[in-house]
Amino acid sequence: MSKSISKITHNNPVFYDNDPQDELITLNIGPTHPATHGVFQNVCQIDGERIVSGVSTIGYIHRAFEKIAEHRPFYQITPLTDRLNYCSSPINNMGWHMTVEKLLNIEIPKRVQYMRVIVMELARIADHIICNGILGVDTGAFSGFLYVMQEREFIYEIFEEICGARLTTNIGRIGGFERDFNEVAFRKIKEFIKRYPPVLEEFEELFVRNRIFIERTSGVAAVTPEQALSYSWSGPILRATGVDYDVRVVDPYCSYEEFDFEVPVGTSGDVYDRFMVRNAEMWQSLRIIGQALEKIEKEPQGIFHADVPEFYLPPKEQVYNNMEALIYHFKIVMGEWETPKSEVYHAVEGANGELGFYLIHDGGRTPYRLHFRRPSFVNYQMFAPMSSGMLISDAIINMSSLNVIAGELDA
Amino acid sequence: MSKVTLAEAPPGVEGAGFFATTLDKAIGLARANSLWPLPFATSCCGIEFMATMGSTYDLARFGAERPSFSPRQADMLLVMGTIAKKMAPVLRQVYTQMAEPRWVIAVGACASSGGIFDTYSVLQGIDEIIPVDVYVPGCPPRPEAILDGVLKLQDIVKNESLNRRNTPEYKALLEKYGIQTDNG
Amino acid sequence: MDKLDNQGIWTYLQEKFGERVGIIGEPHGLLTISTSKDDIIELLSFLKDDEKLQFIYLTDITAVHYPKQQKAFAVVYHVHNLYRNVRLRVKVFLEGETPTTPTATTIWNGANWMERETYDFFGVVFEGHPDLRRILNMDDLDVFPMRKEYPLEDPNRVDKKDFYFGR
Repeated sequence: MSKSISKITHNNPVFYDNDPQDELITLNIGPTHPATHGVFQNVCQIDGERIVSGVSTIGYIHRAFEKIAEHRPFYQITPLTDRLNYCSSPINNMGWHMTVEKLLNIEIPKRVQYMRVIVMELARIADHIICNGILGVDTGAFSGFLYVMQEREFIYEIFEEICGARLTTNIGRIGGFERDFNEVAFRKIKEFIKRYPPVLEEFEELFVRNRIFIERTSGVAAVTPEQALSYSWSGPILRATGVDYDVRVVDPYCSYEEFDFEVPVGTSGDVYDRFMVRNAEMWQSLRIIGQALEKIEKEPQGIFHADVPEFYLPPKEQVYNNMEALIYHFKIVMGEWETPKSEVYHAVEGANGELGFYLIHDGGRTPYRLHFRRPSFVNYQMFAPMSSGMLISDAIINMSSLNVIAGELDA
Repeated sequence: MSKVTLAEAPPGVEGAGFFATTLDKAIGLARANSLWPLPFATSCCGIEFMATMGSTYDLARFGAERPSFSPRQADMLLVMGTIAKKMAPVLRQVYTQMAEPRWVIAVGACASSGGIFDTYSVLQGIDEIIPVDVYVPGCPPRPEAILDGVLKLQDIVKNESLNRRNTPEYKALLEKYGIQTDNG
Repeated sequence: MDKLDNQGIWTYLQEKFGERVGIIGEPHGLLTISTSKDDIIELLSFLKDDEKLQFIYLTDITAVHYPKQQKAFAVVYHVHNLYRNVRLRVKVFLEGETPTTPTATTIWNGANWMERETYDFFGVVFEGHPDLRRILNMDDLDVFPMRKEYPLEDPNRVDKKDFYFGR
């Protein structure tokens, strides 16, 4: 293992070398450049304002998630998934729980599934708010960002009611939730689906027909469906190119097949289309939350986890007062239950695309191998090749519209 | 009545038409209420910092109105998020580019101690490479906690002696981290 | 066209490749097949281009380390037929201290970083890769950290005494 801190790395980028008169300038953007909203380094060769070629360097917050996961029991991996895409942690949490439940063949009650749908769609809205708000900031419109940020704070209030945390939520347990949503949470969710539509409408009015915004984004970084599929894109940016691939529809989990919603697609795959797809998805998410609330009403009240005492951590007050619960708690924590030797791949539609968990289990206390298929990592690799020929300012908004989250990128 | 709250005056001698205090206190007061932050945001805590800067919590109330993305014009380095060993030399370079006086806040568990990431690739706390003035706990800290950290730093700044940056102790501190000192 | 199920895919592949592909199982309904490094590229391009199979989408490439096996490394490909929504997992087992296998970047551009990540973590060399460098770890790291023999924690730490951790 390496002894100490690395030196500043001078990786030798492969450059376009047809430059006989030495006219091109090398420009280093990042890793702490404010325009990149994260720790991405791009070394570009520029001709005036235009990028001739570029090389991306990543890994500046590589935290070795996959190695840690090999040393942690299942329920301790949930906090790690929080820190993948920290703008929409609940989706990662739920994806991980569902992966383990698939491995252990646990059947989840309908009410819990609808509760999960609500949490995931709220997280999707929160994530899209950041991405579209920041895209506005990068094209020169700060006000839209400030309008929608308040609503994001409200979503965080709902998360606080549900689990006590704002950002890195650690919502839920394997087998369900740690507690039922309380009255206030339900009231706030209902309030949110009433108060958010006017704000979103106002936000759209600011951008959708705004000439400056259209000229900055329309036709910028257009991607064809063939290119996008060849680079394994997924999520809103793939749908902006016109491919209607959404894991919620093709591979439904959590009873998504019962919900009535549309998959918005774009036509040209440019930055404007990505913005519009994300906006349309927020409307669809609101529809889904509304339907989920109706469905929960019809289910028997008070159920918030599956009846699997061998895998679901019992509540703390029972652990202290009830012998049986204490035994279950002990056995779960010490990893003494029989678990099947198997491998499972489970994908959920994260806010940025297909978030996959590939889990290989050998029956031990910890996973033998856990691999995260991280949409940001896969999506971002096209950034440098597609930047050649682009203006620097266009490359910047292209990067914001890809919504690359550093934690998910570097794992 | 104006809604603007004035900063509390330092102890001194007041008379008709004049107010006398020490130069240390006067400059400390000015510095503390116009700290220019340099957000060095790498991960989750950076998102909470976004909320801190946003309309609900509003860091600008405490004089940190202008986030300075250039280290040359910043006083307060806010390190938010995990610093991997690959990132460490970049952070140190940013710190050395800042002009004196400079202060550092380590926001969140990762910047303070490595947090839950006790791995081969993560630096176990930024105080291994640069001196830190205030640590803010939390993973991530709530915006209120970040504000509290800034207020704690303001206390430090207010009471710092003007001569501190020229003392041999301070030079020894920086040399311990292998950072060149140019003043004195 | 008739429905594309695991049994159908497997029979179809058997007709084409015969002994050169093997079946590992269907854990949780996902057909898992194995092949050798000499056939992997032919198999993947067939899966992608064949009119019946149409596995056009490369979901993921990763590796697994099994130090106790003679072929200690498995490179795992997940491919997806977006038209019919069928997934397929292909495994290639490799041996040696520096396992090598041909690159899939000739088939999908997206394989580029996935293979770099696999190289970075496991030291699997993808022959013919245009730019096989470390991607996430530091350039001057001299090991492949995801191999099982390497510890999670930094072994150079001095402040962590085993005594305090009861070990």
